[in-house]
Amino acid sequence: MTPAATEVGPKDPVQILTPDGQRLPHEIYDAYLGDVDEDMLRGFYRDMALTRRFDQEATALQRQGQLCLWVPLRGQEAAQIGSGRATRPSDYIFPTYREHGVALTRDVSFSEMLRLFRGISGGGWDPRENNFHMYTMVLAAQLPHAAGYGMALAMEQRGWDEEKLAAEGNAVVAYFGDGSSTEGETHESMVFANSFNAPVVYFCQNNQWAISVPFEVQSKVPLVERAAGYGMPGIRVDGNDVLAVLAVTRWALEHARSGKGPVFIEADTYRLGAHTTADDPTKYRMTEEEAAWAPRDPLIRLETYLRENNIVDDDFFEQLAKDADQMAATVRKDAMAFPVPPLAKSFEQVYAEAHPLIQEELAWHLQYEAGFADSGDNA
Amino acid sequence: MSTMTLAKAITSGLDKVLESNDKALLMGEDIGKLGGVYRVTDGLQEKYGAHRVIDSPLGEAGIVGSAVGMALRGFSPLVEIQFDGFVFPAYSQITTQLAKMHARSEGRLTVPVVIRIPYGGGIGSIEHHSESPEALFAHTAGLRIITPSNANDAYWMIQQAAQCQDPVIYFEPKRRYWLKGEVDTETPALDAFKAQVVRGGEDATIVAYGPLVPVALAAAEAAREEGRSIEVIDLRSLSPIDFDTITESVQKTGRLIVTHEAPTFGGLGGEIAARISERAFLSLEAPVLRVGGFHMPYPISKVESQYLPDIDKLLEALDRSFAY
Repeated sequence: MTPAATEVGPKDPVQILTPDGQRLPHEIYDAYLGDVDEDMLRGFYRDMALTRRFDQEATALQRQGQLCLWVPLRGQEAAQIGSGRATRPSDYIFPTYREHGVALTRDVSFSEMLRLFRGISGGGWDPRENNFHMYTMVLAAQLPHAAGYGMALAMEQRGWDEEKLAAEGNAVVAYFGDGSSTEGETHESMVFANSFNAPVVYFCQNNQWAISVPFEVQSKVPLVERAAGYGMPGIRVDGNDVLAVLAVTRWALEHARSGKGPVFIEADTYRLGAHTTADDPTKYRMTEEEAAWAPRDPLIRLETYLRENNIVDDDFFEQLAKDADQMAATVRKDAMAFPVPPLAKSFEQVYAEAHPLIQEELAWHLQYEAGFADSGDNA
Repeated sequence: MSTMTLAKAITSGLDKVLESNDKALLMGEDIGKLGGVYRVTDGLQEKYGAHRVIDSPLGEAGIVGSAVGMALRGFSPLVEIQFDGFVFPAYSQITTQLAKMHARSEGRLTVPVVIRIPYGGGIGSIEHHSESPEALFAHTAGLRIITPSNANDAYWMIQQAAQCQDPVIYFEPKRRYWLKGEVDTETPALDAFKAQVVRGGEDATIVAYGPLVPVALAAAEAAREEGRSIEVIDLRSLSPIDFDTITESVQKTGRLIVTHEAPTFGGLGGEIAARISERAFLSLEAPVLRVGGFHMPYPISKVESQYLPDIDKLLEALDRSFAY
């Protein structure tokens, strides 16, 4: 069964768990949740809770002057955990810069992630280890990369039969938001990926706000409606419903992997906090709106479901809170302990091959800095 | 040895690249069936297939951005931007993404993308088809920029660009595409990132690159008739710039003229003048002079000959240098 945009209904987001924690049957997507047992459900909650705790700790670190900046994700945990858990380790992920939850699903170290925000690395983690690309600050610039990576995968997978594609085919997931959706590079990426049937899942977290600009300014129609214009299936999903997000992303990855080309997912969610730690949402949005979204919190929803179905007890939450605090303490300790690399290191990283200007400037820099070494003024 | 036009030398070089590296591929607008608007990729799609010589959708940011993605997967894309003035939709991808990927990843990721751009004027065309935007890219660390001026260099330098692990912009002097020259397909040319003294001389040095190298050589020949011995350096690499070769020449001649089609203000000539004044101040008999374009959008083609550096302008600059 193929849930194309028309079948699912772009204006009718896929929902499996209602905001009050009731599980709904779904004629298409239940088949993509067959393996979801109690352990997995507890795992999803744990992933979301750890991500939220990490986000809280990083926000605190920034407020304490220990990070240059932080990009909070509170409210978007289900969209990120659900989609991230649908991927295979061999799939390649292009995040924007708020995908800390996806990073968790890829086993990227939270501590390592703070190297970027602490100002001691331009990237932070090794993208090759977990197939999780560096964050990209220039909005949507990563989307053409995702198309190209997908085109490369399509070339590698040329001539594979259906069975081999399903078993071993790789795909790309490209994350972006409602703000990035209007960038020209988003358009070009989608044209390229569709023209070459690249296995790319475009995962848009529509969190309703591009810093201070509301969604209505980005688009007159739900973004998912744009998918048809590129010739790809579009699925709109309740982005605060971890099960629905998992199911639709699994479907999308299966579709992409099979050589049928890209898929567009629009996940409706809400950024409960600020855009970044430098932002002040009280200047542009109504507290009534925030209050209206608060009960749709993805963690509350799953907690209700888990409790009502006796999948968890109070001990589970107590233990999880302890684990999360311990994780946060470790992250804090690691972040504070990261050594600051000398500027000399930066010279080495500009080019992969020897470069005379770099060598000349590095030699000058080292000599200049060495002039201070004996003066005793360093303190 | 065989005689080829500069354009055909690039075609042959690209052929070698595709033949020797199965991860190499070409992508750009109209480069497949048509063979490119200048036919530089003519016949290559037929030989290597549409999956290795890719006719892309029309979108420069998409072309460069998807090439970055391919490189991240281990491919070596060589992409074509159809004309110099059309590179700007890809400017963000080139300067914010391609140039910085290696540094941002602390040296973990390499993105060996080659961007071919036909550049320069003198072809009697309309706007955005005659520009020389090299300085805009040279200012960005992480990129390497080279430009051949003859068929032999064109053949070898495109192959050297393809082998380089850093991103390389390969500017093609489009008004010299039909310039014929001997190509030695056995002996590799000089390192692509080195300058070359293409005419020895004692009295003054002219540094030129790309389309103006033949102009500089002709000016040197004209000056010889006036009894002056002019050394001509073909810069070849615009980033990095081989300042050692220029310094050595200026220490001998004491006079330096730098010429390029790009506007003089903010151009590479200023950088060369500054560096040489630091490195060879006491050898200089006159200030370093620049012969470049005016501070204006590239002019309408009916008057472009008054804009472009030519033999007379170089001779006038030499006169000023000698009169100093």
